Amino acid sequence: MIELDDVSYSYGGGELLSGISLTLPPGSFFFLTGPSGAGKTTFLKLCYGELLPTAGRITAFGQDMRGRGRDDIARLRQRIGVVHQDCKFLDHLPVAENVALPLTVAGRDAASETANLSELLGWVGLSGHADALPPELSGGERQRAAVARAVIMAPEIVIADEPTGNVDWDMSLRLLTLLVELNRMGKTILIATHDLNLIRAAKQQVQARVLRISNRNLQQAGADL
Amino acid sequence: MNALARSLNVLRGDGQAGRVVPPTGHTAWLTQFTAGAMAFLAVFALALSLATDRLAELWSSELARSATVRVSAPAGQEEAQVRAAVRVLEQTPGIAAVRVLDAAEERALLEPWFGPDLPVEALPIPRMIDVVEGSDGYDAEGLRLRLAAEAPGAVLDDHTRWRQPLVKAAGRLRTLGVVSILLIGTATAAMITLAANAALAANAQVIRVLRLVGARDVYIARAFVRRFTLRALSGALAGTLLGMGAIALLPGASTEGGFLTGLGFQGAHWLIPLVIPLLAAIVAFWATRMAALRSLRGLM
Ligand SMILES: Nc1ncnc2c1ncn2[C@@H]1O[C@H](COP(=O)(O)OP(=O)(O)O)[C@@H](O)[C@H]1O
Ligand SMILES: [Mg+2]
Repeated sequence: MIELDDVSYSYGGGELLSGISLTLPPGSFFFLTGPSGAGKTTFLKLCYGELLPTAGRITAFGQDMRGRGRDDIARLRQRIGVVHQDCKFLDHLPVAENVALPLTVAGRDAASETANLSELLGWVGLSGHADALPPELSGGERQRAAVARAVIMAPEIVIADEPTGNVDWDMSLRLLTLLVELNRMGKTILIATHDLNLIRAAKQQVQARVLRISNRNLQQAGADL
Repeated sequence: MNALARSLNVLRGDGQAGRVVPPTGHTAWLTQFTAGAMAFLAVFALALSLATDRLAELWSSELARSATVRVSAPAGQEEAQVRAAVRVLEQTPGIAAVRVLDAAEERALLEPWFGPDLPVEALPIPRMIDVVEGSDGYDAEGLRLRLAAEAPGAVLDDHTRWRQPLVKAAGRLRTLGVVSILLIGTATAAMITLAANAALAANAQVIRVLRLVGARDVYIARAFVRRFTLRALSGALAGTLLGMGAIALLPGASTEGGFLTGLGFQGAHWLIPLVIPLLAAIVAFWATRMAALRSLRGLM
């Protein structure tokens, strides 16, 4: 679904990532790990087209990222659900409308999908917060709202950047369960995390592969986790 | 046509696109107020242009290349001098027609001042000769000299000539009016661009979120365009109506009344200022759209 071919990226200084090749097949479950500042977020941004590689080629759904116009990028974002590291919402709109935002901006009638929406909110455990404003949510609730927003368009790929970054262990496991369930529905999942416990917990539920960024490159981590 | 359909589409409904951008409070009011003030000024500039246009037309048609030769001579000589003057006039190059007014016409000319029963024949009233100038014009000074020699009682009165510079001034005023309207239009565009940029900057976070969840540029732009277009339209409509009201209340707009009282709209011309709000809306539409798309291009 997403292919990287000898991809490098630099923010202007030295290369942060170099010579990375990887294929994310449909239905796969990937963890991306590495120390803070290694370039996990940067790698994910390359995957969903917020950044373009400084060298090499990235294709998503068979189309080169580089050849995409701005509207193509917008359409791509409707097919790749992203849980951002700093999940940002529209603070003046209630949670339910924020979760439905991808539908709204895609021109779909959010009102006709209220059943889906409330089911989704129930699934992430936010039914009671549908009318709350995002600033009123706790960290874990924000993360779950972000997961709901990422999947409402029924994307083929879900990318999550440290989704358990600032939530407690129970909440981490709940979020993980949500992502595992999505994977069982056939979605490709790519999660960046430096939480090895989370990876271990996941390995008991799915066949997850672990990629590690070190020395500006990507390595398949062994089964030692 | 297509562009018009799209513009109307932007204004119609889709409150959703409007809702995703938080309301902006008092800056909204400022845009409306400025659009209103600009429209108010534009109404006056328009009235000025139209009034000077009318005036210039009136005056230049009166200029219509006519002059009068007045012959006042002692009784007995009058008829001879009139004939001499007519001869001179007929021989002057550049004069198309010469006609001596008869008593009835003279009476008609004097009637407004002296009433209908004036015994013109009994009074020492000068005889009048109507002179129509040809397209090339004639040499007024030379004609005066020759008239003085042939018919000493004849005086050439090219009375409308003094209006020539006024007609020119009226033309200039009209140009100034048009320039003012253009300036008001561009100032409105500049003001709306500034306001739109401020709104875009204030909502940078909102725009980023929208872009990240897959909104296309036009969708994001539309939220702002719709807002500013409606504000400019409503503000300009209010300003235009106030301006038209102020002009309607100006004292007696009669054409003879001269320049100041002539400042106003006549008949169907009252419909012209109603174009101002539409123009303001179009200006706002494009200014906001361009500002929004420009600022979005800086965002992946
Ligand atoms: N927009 C940016 N401009 C310049 N440098 C950046 C930018 N974003 C991230 N970096 C740098 O790139 C490095 C990797 O960042 P990031 O991809 O966020 O790492 P991680 O997510 O693994 O913690 C860091 O050293 C960071 O300072
Ligand atoms: Mg990061």
